[in-house]
Amino acid sequence: MLAPADELELAGIVAEAFEARTPLCIRGSGTLEQMLRPVQAAQTVRMDACTGITLQAPKELVFSARAGTTVRDAAAALAADGQHIIAEPPDFSRLMGSAGSPTLGGAVAANLSGPRRVAAGAMRDHVLGVRAVNGTGDILVCGGRVLKNVTGLDLCKLLAGSHGTLAVLTEVTLKVLPMAESSASVVLHGLAPAAAVAALSAALGSPFGVTGAAYLPASAAERIGVDGPVALVRLEDFANSVAYRGERLASLLGADAVIWERARSEAAWAAIRDADVLPAADTDAVWRVSVRPSRGPAVLAAAAAAGGDGFLDWGGGLVMIAGPPTGEMHAAVTRAVGAAGGVWTLLRGPAPLRAEVAVVPAEASALAGLTRRVKAAMDPGGILNPGRIFAGV
Amino acid sequence: MIPLPAPKQDVLDRRDVIVAGLRRLVSAEAVIAEPLRLKPYETDGLAIYRQPPLAVVLPETTEQVAAVLRFCHANGVRVVPRGAGTSLSGGALPLADSVVIGLARMNRILDIDFADRLAVVQAGVTNLAITGAVADRGFFYAPDPSSQLACMIGGNVNMNSGGAHCLKYGVTANNLLGLRVVTIEGEVLDIGGTHLDAAGYDWLGLLTGSEGMLAVVTEVTVRILRAAEGQRAMPAGFASNEVAGACVAAIIGSGIIPVALEFMDRPAIHACEAFAQANYPLDAEAMLIIEVEGCTAEQDALLGKLADICREFGATSLRVAATAEESAAIWKGRKGAFGAVGRISPDYFCMDGTIPTSKLPETLHRIGAMADAAGLGVCNIFHAGDGNLHPLIMFDANNPEQFARAEELGSDILKLCVEMGGCLTGEHGVGIEKRDLMGVQFSDIDLDQQRRIKSAFDPEWLLNPAKVFPLLATA
Repeated sequence: MLAPADELELAGIVAEAFEARTPLCIRGSGTLEQMLRPVQAAQTVRMDACTGITLQAPKELVFSARAGTTVRDAAAALAADGQHIIAEPPDFSRLMGSAGSPTLGGAVAANLSGPRRVAAGAMRDHVLGVRAVNGTGDILVCGGRVLKNVTGLDLCKLLAGSHGTLAVLTEVTLKVLPMAESSASVVLHGLAPAAAVAALSAALGSPFGVTGAAYLPASAAERIGVDGPVALVRLEDFANSVAYRGERLASLLGADAVIWERARSEAAWAAIRDADVLPAADTDAVWRVSVRPSRGPAVLAAAAAAGGDGFLDWGGGLVMIAGPPTGEMHAAVTRAVGAAGGVWTLLRGPAPLRAEVAVVPAEASALAGLTRRVKAAMDPGGILNPGRIFAGV
Repeated sequence: MIPLPAPKQDVLDRRDVIVAGLRRLVSAEAVIAEPLRLKPYETDGLAIYRQPPLAVVLPETTEQVAAVLRFCHANGVRVVPRGAGTSLSGGALPLADSVVIGLARMNRILDIDFADRLAVVQAGVTNLAITGAVADRGFFYAPDPSSQLACMIGGNVNMNSGGAHCLKYGVTANNLLGLRVVTIEGEVLDIGGTHLDAAGYDWLGLLTGSEGMLAVVTEVTVRILRAAEGQRAMPAGFASNEVAGACVAAIIGSGIIPVALEFMDRPAIHACEAFAQANYPLDAEAMLIIEVEGCTAEQDALLGKLADICREFGATSLRVAATAEESAAIWKGRKGAFGAVGRISPDYFCMDGTIPTSKLPETLHRIGAMADAAGLGVCNIFHAGDGNLHPLIMFDANNPEQFARAEELGSDILKLCVEMGGCLTGEHGVGIEKRDLMGVQFSDIDLDQQRRIKSAFDPEWLLNPAKVFPLLATA
């Protein structure tokens, strides 16, 4: 286990590994160890010793920190200035059974976003710049620290979501925003999935600036102490706006709509964000599905028919599924997602399953060729997290 | 002038054969090769650079685009994709030995889905036409470059276009779900789709803003958003550029993020007022246009807080638009700013650097001093909320010495933006214009890494060559 203290040390480690063609397993704090394919590597490099905030400029909406800084520490520092990370990255440590605390670099490398994604964009949307070490040990500086930047190819977006297979992130710079003064949720009880997604869609298509739209079937709702299925629509804004918009939304969504005030609303959304509401047994595998929102209920139903369970976020466009860690269950999920025109990620599962099945959809041949060529353009020795996303890449 | 690479003589020699070959792939009238009819394609929004291409092809389908690209690839012919030709950085400037693929005929809206909040359109649909197609239901497509009446979504994707309202709604990259693109080899790729997050690499993010160097975009799936209940703009006049710049930082730091926060200096105010009669404060040295959204009461609350901040900075005038018409006039002046400056100066360069907003006062002061030293007029019109500057350098291109000074001033201003911690281009793209300045912002290691990504898509560098990267390695 190597834990470089800074970027230069990391660059040395990677350059040496490149010379020797030694595969490296790249980790933040290891909370996503069980995500995607297992990596066969001689050495593991953990980035959680590279920590520290390097720029905090609240009047410029900009924040930089070394990649191993925990999301929790970053959030605390931002909160002191009344700001937050826009995409509210989830903390999947409990879901993953990990003792670690998610790092900023990991949240960017996995492009993991929370409920606000539906309104305000993904982690990758707010990455203004990154520093990284590519597979030959070169230190790359991508993007910058300003809010608008189209200079050159956008390698920040390429690296966000690449799971450490193209370069090792050493520092990330994010656009951040003021935290809302207040928040609340408009809540509908008792709806079936399709009716719930229609309501969420109406809310997201309203002029009221909805920042979260989720549906919890009874089994998930139970985990936040609610009896029966529940659809939640979140508002975050100045207090007067939240009050006004809450009333308007409630009347738009129907006579049964009720309002959850701030504390209850925030607790529920944190549980949705971190997938604490997912009805998963300890041995279950977990799939994270991104799909056209109106198709979410069909995917959820197919998962249930195969013996799984789950919930919907992003207005129906994110389906979190838990189910038996078997090839049959995986096939049922991927078939349903494929039919719905979406994509899946095997977020958690036993290593044998993750080694055996496609953990994300296979790419069409021309795209698969690009994947290999882009990988070779950044990591010509194939030493960074080899095989993590696709076997042999 | 920025040099173009020498044309490939063997391609020029085969001109007639190439044109005949293209005419077999698309209808004969969709291939333009007559010198007079090539004229409209010899330049784009950076009109001082002119170079007619070998030929222009105007395909109507993705399959035709693929056939043309396969043909060009097989024949070693360079290709320049073109939307409406509104690029301000020469992104669509042809080369003498290139075939321009114009997307203007691919102008159909294929699908609109309000429930899932998306629209699928061909690359030649104009930016404003997307909003036009969904406005009756209260929806809009958010990125709003000033050229939105003419510019096409395919070009917006290639340049990752922004606009006045991206402070709140993000730029093009933040408002896309999927693309259909064609590689130089003629392979059709479907990127993303109708869902939010990718699995595998973020091709959508990499292709957006790649300036036509990686693939040709033929279809775009965009997010459409429901508009707020209403919006109102408030122009605020200030006694100096520096004070207005400091006020911008104070607004951003206050916790209120306006939908738009635009800046104009005195020359720009006067030019735009003459054009739009928007009732701008002609006695002010600088003006901010601040826009907020919501119901009337919400607007009032926000504008009240914002007016208080402006007053702390000694605002010389504050006027909230009373009606939708008044608001429209305020924006007409801003969005017509480049045209308005075109009326008072024979030529202008529009710069596009971005700086940290805290550096606004210092940067504006130094741009003023640099312009004085160069003996040239500069208007400042820009997106202040995100620090994206648009200094317009006024000059007369018929005066070669003045033209050279203007180019030098432009390059000095962009170097200043990088020195301030910013970048060369916030939303217009590098194109041909800023190509040779890339080394100011990027190290050789970074440029080489970007070049290797380009080569992964286009090993022979046939797609939009001579753009973005300094020529050395691309020629």
